[in-house]
Amino acid sequence: MSTSSSTNEVQSVVSELDKPLLTPIKRRSFFMYAGATAGATALVLAGCSKDDSSPGTIDVGSGDAGILNYAYALEQLEAAFYAQVKSTANGFYTNASAVEKQIFDDLAGHEAIHRDFLKAAISANGFTPLQDLKPDFSSITFTDRTSVLKAAQTFEDTGVAAYNGAGRFITNNAFLALAGKIVSVEARHAALIRDLVTYNSFVGSDIVNTFTQTAGAAPGTGTSSLTPDTNGTGNSGPGQERSKRPAAILSSVNNFLASGSKLSANSFM
Amino acid sequence: MNVFELISELEKADPEFLDRTNPRRQVFKHLGNTGKKITAAAVPAVFASFFNKAYGQSSTLPAGVQAVLTLALQLEYLEYYFYDTALNTPGLIPSQEVAAIQLIRNDEAGHINSLRGISGFAAPTAPTRANFDYSGGSGSGTGPLAAALTAGGPNANGALFFASAQAFSDTGQRAYKGGAPILNTDATKNILEAALNIHSVEARHNSHFRTVRRAIAASTLGVATAPAVAPYDTAPKSWISGTDNGGPKAPDGSQPAKAVYGAGTPATGTPDASFPADDNTMQAGVNLTSGLGTTYTAAQVSEAFDEPLDAATVKSIARMFVTPTSGLFI
Repeated sequence: MSTSSSTNEVQSVVSELDKPLLTPIKRRSFFMYAGATAGATALVLAGCSKDDSSPGTIDVGSGDAGILNYAYALEQLEAAFYAQVKSTANGFYTNASAVEKQIFDDLAGHEAIHRDFLKAAISANGFTPLQDLKPDFSSITFTDRTSVLKAAQTFEDTGVAAYNGAGRFITNNAFLALAGKIVSVEARHAALIRDLVTYNSFVGSDIVNTFTQTAGAAPGTGTSSLTPDTNGTGNSGPGQERSKRPAAILSSVNNFLASGSKLSANSFM
Repeated sequence: MNVFELISELEKADPEFLDRTNPRRQVFKHLGNTGKKITAAAVPAVFASFFNKAYGQSSTLPAGVQAVLTLALQLEYLEYYFYDTALNTPGLIPSQEVAAIQLIRNDEAGHINSLRGISGFAAPTAPTRANFDYSGGSGSGTGPLAAALTAGGPNANGALFFASAQAFSDTGQRAYKGGAPILNTDATKNILEAALNIHSVEARHNSHFRTVRRAIAASTLGVATAPAVAPYDTAPKSWISGTDNGGPKAPDGSQPAKAVYGAGTPATGTPDASFPADDNTMQAGVNLTSGLGTTYTAAQVSEAFDEPLDAATVKSIARMFVTPTSGLFI
């Protein structure tokens, strides 16, 4: 193919678009379409608190500020959850052992520290922290050990997948380093909680693309439970945590946020 | 450089050129997207990768990325052979933990597969079991942790095996954390994400090793409910508290893993280029025990963040566990 024919093709597409719309449409239809557009726009604007919001959600923003606020939002939720676990009328869930109370004291402390640190870091870098989010923990029975542990497992596993899936969007390596220091602690949390729910579930194919080494073969020879996708958009590689992008994380996290506090992350696709 | 002339010349040489990259109309859109933060000096590099995509060659990774991946891969082999040897030593691992160590050994095999499969990574020749000296004796076989791979004695219930496992796993995590910023380039985002995904799995393993060490200390193997016991060198929390009092003790009373919980070089600086000890309570210049509006204990603050370690310090630790001719951790 020669350059001139491709140029002509490009030019022909452009000139098509430039032509006025000559196909007549009924006047009534025109106003219907125009009115619908205006109405939809009005609804979107009413629900927006920032540019690029989906209606009715708070967008975390863009750039490094957006990722820091995304992390801050997740830590807000975790800190609120553990604070509520500790404050339950009975003091933790029914029949909580001394060992488990100590564990939950640590979990609560770590997440509160993460939350407060991220808020301070966001402000110190000249960004605006997200508002205080209102959680919705109505699906959790705080007096029941299993309900509390399973919720804790969900929050921690989600946090690890979220941090790992967010790293690629960070441009300032100081922020990446700080995220790295936090995510391994979340993974330690997740593993212990999972071992408390079901011993030896500290890793599992629900959160790791587990690999089976072929006996007698060279190390690294074997099969993965999920087919890896090396384009960075599908399944992670063998032996790896199953990281997730912000949209996927928030669609499940929003189940624990009250109306008016639900989040979007439209800048990070 | 005259972009259009260049492409025109290429088209003359290879009429299929533009079709190899993108449908013709999208060629310029593709160039536009990659050009977001491009400086003039970087333009040749952008075109290099653009043309590599056209001709199916994967570009060789930058030296810094190669180095991070090489260290990571060698640490994975260190762990793989340690767990695999233990699994093949009758009576070493308590029956309650055999399934877990198989899972962990398999995860390390997965990591080896992941790393070796990275496009553009010139992976070094695979080490063999013979390259490693798990006694911590740099090849002598008589280092302080020799009993970690023999059943019974000071290793009853696998106590020393799990102590070494904890130390290896903590070392690997600190290495991945230290290397992550180097992997954060526009062209290596998938590699960064893979490294982060391996890193968190190492943290899960480590948490389990610590849970088992608490259980061994309390004689309650098979459940996660044994208490942590200060000062945490023998019955640690599932997270590092301070420096865990210097880490596990060897049968001779020494603490061969002290450096695993200590500072690297340099110990202070920006978060991506400083390697404090694990008892660090300062982050981004703020003392978190008092600087956050709420008072937090030093223990909890130190637990809430795991610290990276520089490659040189990681290698100096790892060299205790290989023979002098292994060629590893150079």
